[in-house]
Amino acid sequence: MAMKEYILKMNNITKVFPGVKALDNVNFQVENGEIHCLVGENGAGKSTLMKVLSGVYPFGEYSGDIILDGSVRKFAGISDSEKAGIAIIYQELALVPEMTVYENIYLGHEIKKGRLIDWNETILQAGEALKKVRLNNLNPATKVKDLGVGKRQLVEIAKALSKNVKLLILDEPTAALNEDDSENLLELLRELKEHGVTSIMISHKIKEVIEIADNVTVLRDGRTVASMSARDGGILEGNIIKHMVGREIENIYPKRNVQKYEEKTLEVNNWNACDSKTGREILKDMSFFVKKGEIVGIAGLMGAGRTELAHSIFGNPDEYKISGDLYVMGQKKHFRGPHEAIKAGVAYVTEDRKGNGLILISDIKTNITIANLKALAKQGIVNENEEVKTANYYKGSLDIKAPSIEQKLENLSGGNQQKVSLGKWLYVKPKVLILDEPTRGIDVGAKYEIYTLMNRLVEDGMSIIMISSELPEIMGMSDRIYVVSDGRITGELPAEGATQEKIMEMATN
Amino acid sequence: MGIVNEARDLIKKNIREYGMYIALVVIMLTFSMATDGLFMSSRNISNLINQTGYIAVLAVGMTLIIVIRHIDLSVGYIAGFLGAIAAILLTKYAMPVWITIAVVLVLGASIGIIIGFLVTKMSIPSFVVTLAGMQVFRGALLRVTSSTGTIIVPNADFNAIGNGYIPKLFSINGVHGLTLVLGAAAIVLYILAEFNNRNNKLKYGFEVLSNVMFTVKLLFVSLVIGYITWILAGYNGFSWTVVVVIIVVLVYNFITEKTVLGRHIYAIGGNPDAAKLSGINVNRVSMIVFSSMSMLAALSGILYTARLQSATTTAGLAFELDAIAAAYVGGASAAGGAGKVTGSIIGAFVMASLTNGMNLMGVDISYQYIIRGAVLVAAVIFDVKTRNKKA
Repeated sequence: MAMKEYILKMNNITKVFPGVKALDNVNFQVENGEIHCLVGENGAGKSTLMKVLSGVYPFGEYSGDIILDGSVRKFAGISDSEKAGIAIIYQELALVPEMTVYENIYLGHEIKKGRLIDWNETILQAGEALKKVRLNNLNPATKVKDLGVGKRQLVEIAKALSKNVKLLILDEPTAALNEDDSENLLELLRELKEHGVTSIMISHKIKEVIEIADNVTVLRDGRTVASMSARDGGILEGNIIKHMVGREIENIYPKRNVQKYEEKTLEVNNWNACDSKTGREILKDMSFFVKKGEIVGIAGLMGAGRTELAHSIFGNPDEYKISGDLYVMGQKKHFRGPHEAIKAGVAYVTEDRKGNGLILISDIKTNITIANLKALAKQGIVNENEEVKTANYYKGSLDIKAPSIEQKLENLSGGNQQKVSLGKWLYVKPKVLILDEPTRGIDVGAKYEIYTLMNRLVEDGMSIIMISSELPEIMGMSDRIYVVSDGRITGELPAEGATQEKIMEMATN
Repeated sequence: MGIVNEARDLIKKNIREYGMYIALVVIMLTFSMATDGLFMSSRNISNLINQTGYIAVLAVGMTLIIVIRHIDLSVGYIAGFLGAIAAILLTKYAMPVWITIAVVLVLGASIGIIIGFLVTKMSIPSFVVTLAGMQVFRGALLRVTSSTGTIIVPNADFNAIGNGYIPKLFSINGVHGLTLVLGAAAIVLYILAEFNNRNNKLKYGFEVLSNVMFTVKLLFVSLVIGYITWILAGYNGFSWTVVVVIIVVLVYNFITEKTVLGRHIYAIGGNPDAAKLSGINVNRVSMIVFSSMSMLAALSGILYTARLQSATTTAGLAFELDAIAAAYVGGASAAGGAGKVTGSIIGAFVMASLTNGMNLMGVDISYQYIIRGAVLVAAVIFDVKTRNKKA
């Protein structure tokens, strides 16, 4: 057997963030001229590994060696890795929408004549670069904002190729693409391979991995757990999923007294949503329900459409075009805004506390009462003493650790901020509570407190819809589980009998 | 010992707010010394307040606009235009004063609704909408005054709003009687309100200031009210402008501090996305804020026309810039979500005191602009520094 030739070897890479070991002695090898897929759950360390490779985390911030073309490299930044022939294409594309395609392709490495940009040559070269990515018919003078997502991605690849890239890294390139565009992209990667370009692709779609990969590396919890090769037929769906999940389920999920109710508190039928600006389909024909006293888990990977589902139910603040039926407490509802959803007894604790959940420059008191000030007011005038009492009640009952309710939220830890967020939504006295990634970014102790609280709430007859990327959490807390992938519900499972493998299979469908 | 710590705590917590008052006092004392007491004379202070009135009411509205992360550049010429409309209604149509005022205020509020609609429903940046509004109303002002030029308003009742004083009723050694009575009443009401508030808090078992600190606070605020009253009573007493400004401040302070609407305004400024997801109707609240701004611009126009006893073709020039400066000096944050009505009023008086004091000292106008600019930047630097300090 001929010696395999490696374009890249990453040896014993370790990267530590404060309090977390994101990468733990990772070994990662890419052969010359192959398509290599990197798979793993959210948070497994894929993106971190690629950021180490591309110099986002410069030499010195990680330990281990990067060997490119046989020599050790110490990149101080992205520009270094670019010079060495590495190009990375992120999910959020880095093109300037208001600029033309040719301006974008040569942005940062402009073709010059003397000190000035040679626009004629730029346009000519851009046309050549576009041909390489099968965009023969695209006028390079088109503005990027007028292109669909699929074409934008190809333009970005053209940009990378124009820099004489040797190693192309794609971070979930097909996540936002429809089937035709995805197929086209995979086809292009094969073509580039024939021209000697090596690609690393991060993907959550197992089927496409199987279709295209020469080799697969699986990461889990910051470690390399498996490598497979198409040469010996080792790339099998079951095999990949087994290695992706396989995490120990710790026993941190408190037990609760399950009471069986039959009453459906929230039900959604044939629910569709599409973005009113781009027309992109976001949710497709989703149907599910939750009963009184039940925790329903919504599993799936990031970008599957779970947060969008929650928003579309919760008064549709993003103004999607929606079709389908929504029932709350048996009544058909058509919410014209979050205020109507709140009134009907639905509350939504957002995934992004800082972005759209809390007012960080305000104090605990203001944040807890803001969604239900009417309850504290007579003729529009807030009873401030009642407000203080209310805030103190939730500070006490949720054990929010802060010197007083006057404390600004920006000075609280993530766990305590999350408790404030919960307090705010409990105060609207909801019948259905939607929790979006309720334990993201908070420590184990606070997690346990939140699980205990959830149990207490459902024992009191509340319904909880919990969206989570963490499989152990989904399995540990839910009574029933729905799995979402690509804007569709791909499966429903009872808690008993659900395995991480089964869920992951549906989530990567 | 306890009282010292308590005082220190209080100052630390409210440094931004107290800083404003301290700055105003320092400026006043400095000018007072530089002008041999002329600055703090009854006559000058009375004038100073009357001159600031039409900017002060704009600064109140501008505070809310800045809190919700917008800007309104059109207020100056809206004031100018509506001031001219008031003059026309009074002279050409001989409309009674009260009806004129009501009509002009309603017109102002309606203009604000249009601006608010363009900003919220049409998603046009407020900077652009109000820049356009500035041009439009500048043109409108020239249009309505084109045939007449400056419109003289001969109506004494109307002009009293800008120049007149409340009736004396009686006098003690030549000191304005009713002003003293009102000043005393304000002190009594203030003390009663504070006691009421304190008792309520005690009933709920909340922490309150210690007895000593509470007394110190009551005495201090009463002295300030008493002193200002005394100074004004020594000249012609409270002017109608003062009365209007005080009413506007009290109403807006109440709305921002005590009502659901006020909380919603600050929530939108603090995090618009979170506000939306909290069930707040962001568009509606923003429309109300823009509408109130233009209504106050109408009030400003009335005060200005009454003060000049005429509507001129250039009325309203740069009012908006003074109002914006006052709001920023008064602690409104450009990042949104923070800023008090009372702060902006103090800000307006800080800027007006600077102008007035420097005029008395005979400082050249060129230096005056430079110094005012420097004070604006210094105030915002102070604001940013004290805000960033973690509690």
